[in-house]
Amino acid sequence: MGQVIDSPAVWASNLRKRYKRRTAVDGVSFTVGRGEVLGLLGPNGAGKTSVIKMMLGLVRPDAGEVMLLGRPNTDPRSRQRVGYLPELFRYQPWLSADEVLRLHVRLAGVKVSGEDRRETLALVGLADRAGDRVGGFSKGMQQRLGLAVALVAGPDLVVLDEPTSALDPLGRADVRDLLLSLKDRGVAVLLNSHLIGEVERVCDRVMILDHGRVAASGTLAELLGRRSLRLHLTHVTPEAAALLEPCEREGDRYTIALPDDVPALVAGLVKLGVGVHAVEPARVSLEERLLDILREHP
Amino acid sequence: MRTVLTIAALTLQEGSRRRVLRSLAVLTAVLLGLSAWGFSEIAADYGGLTSGEAKVAGSTVLNLVMFGFSLIAALGTAFLAGPTLSGEVESGVALAMMTRPIRRVQVLAGKWLGLVAFGAGFVTVAGVAQFVIVRVTVDYWPPHPVTGLLLLAGQTAALLTLGLLFSTAISPMASGIVAVGLFGATWIAGVVGSVGDALGNPSVAMVGTVSRMLLPTDGLWRGAMNSFQDPALLAQVGSGVEESPFLSMQPLTWVYLVWAAVWTALVLGLAALSFQRRDL
Ligand SMILES: Nc1ncnc2c1ncn2[C@@H]1O[C@H](COP(=O)(O)OP(=O)(O)OP(=O)(O)O)[C@@H](O)[C@H]1O
Ligand SMILES: [Mg+2]
Repeated sequence: MGQVIDSPAVWASNLRKRYKRRTAVDGVSFTVGRGEVLGLLGPNGAGKTSVIKMMLGLVRPDAGEVMLLGRPNTDPRSRQRVGYLPELFRYQPWLSADEVLRLHVRLAGVKVSGEDRRETLALVGLADRAGDRVGGFSKGMQQRLGLAVALVAGPDLVVLDEPTSALDPLGRADVRDLLLSLKDRGVAVLLNSHLIGEVERVCDRVMILDHGRVAASGTLAELLGRRSLRLHLTHVTPEAAALLEPCEREGDRYTIALPDDVPALVAGLVKLGVGVHAVEPARVSLEERLLDILREHP
Repeated sequence: MRTVLTIAALTLQEGSRRRVLRSLAVLTAVLLGLSAWGFSEIAADYGGLTSGEAKVAGSTVLNLVMFGFSLIAALGTAFLAGPTLSGEVESGVALAMMTRPIRRVQVLAGKWLGLVAFGAGFVTVAGVAQFVIVRVTVDYWPPHPVTGLLLLAGQTAALLTLGLLFSTAISPMASGIVAVGLFGATWIAGVVGSVGDALGNPSVAMVGTVSRMLLPTDGLWRGAMNSFQDPALLAQVGSGVEESPFLSMQPLTWVYLVWAAVWTALVLGLAALSFQRRDL
């Protein structure tokens, strides 16, 4: 039993999947620790949803192994404490919201009181629609219901595939708070999202997929570790510009990798007659880093 | 087992909440009304059940109406069986459900059980109502009503199992249409076979026998007819009736019943295999 608790929430090794002649996932390995929030990023068609589906046993991998909460994912019990919001979220349209939750609780084999179900619905903002048929729900309401389904059985691992794709700005903020509260409670989360701000705010670690491979992965500090320096300069001569290479330029603003000796650089620029208006340290945003990584990876 | 029962209950709930049940009820009521009218006409024409002709007429029309019910049951369940599995896969309803700690086989078994209960319930209610109508109008009561209804339920189960198998592989509509098409094809092959029997042409008769082995719906249906019609009929009418698609001369053999059960289990097993391998 102790071994089960010590094991990571997700351990995936060398996952591969081909659809006909197209390789969707090509050797992806990763782990999500207990209570850790892992962000999954990547362009459309990178294989993010395929990885999630293989992990949960919805799609058969061509190769690779997955352990969920200490059990191989071929064992249905490995999903006992897993909650999942699919990218394509649909629930039995002929059931009411509360009946959908009741069904999922029963299938999960746990006991959840009507009070707790109501609370879960309230958490996603559907408290007053508990008795309404799901068929009459708007898209965003169905996604909210999907969140409630993922959370209702008291999971230790929550897998969210683009959980805010249909939500209004308020709903997105709610999901962010929800993710932070899951993190506080020690629930492991795998979050696939195109909203980088969301990922940057809540994730401990990030994995970037591209063309079915892991293009980069690490903690935010590791990924964004390359610090940079922003300068506001005028009268930049060609010699001065050579000092700044390689750099990114937007009008009078220059961004360069943080040099070892900033005062020496500034002194050099001043000696060449450059007008130095501002020098400030900067950090690349996750968005810039993501774009860099994807461009490096043709 | 609890998972299987949960899914079976869910399937019944789906059947009752979707429009399927209401349209089935309407169709059944129409058919019952028509048959009540028809039987009262027979009763008026023959004036009681003393003549053998009335028995032939009563048995034939009863079988005809029961064929209508079995058709409704088959169509209804086949068109429920398709959407309930492949429809859920296509729409994405299956995604969240299948990630619960359950096996796909359990889901399939639950759906199958729910559909069988649905089909059997329908056949029983409609059949008993029809028996009562026949009893009141022409004072006829079939010799083996329970056996007949069980065979009809078996026919429905066989067809919906086939529908489930198709729906693990092809789209919801297509699976319903293919299942019902095959059902119709075996029925016609059965009629062709009995014409061959009547004409004493064994190779034509073979058509019916083979198709009855490949898809046991028609064989079960013939067994059901046999238990609805008056046993004295055989003696009275003699030859010439065999080619009628609504009278059946031989009761079912146990071997055939066992084959039908094995067939259904095989098809269900294939469906489980195919569903297990399917990417959702
Ligand atoms: N059922 C399928 N049949 C055929 N190809 C598929 C199927 N599912 C996914 N693919 C292919 O696999 C690749 C990865 O798809 P996937 O859905 O995993 O991408 P994704 O990273 O989730 O993209 P998005 O950000 O758009 O959701 C794509 O090239 C896609 O065309
Ligand atoms: Mg996706």
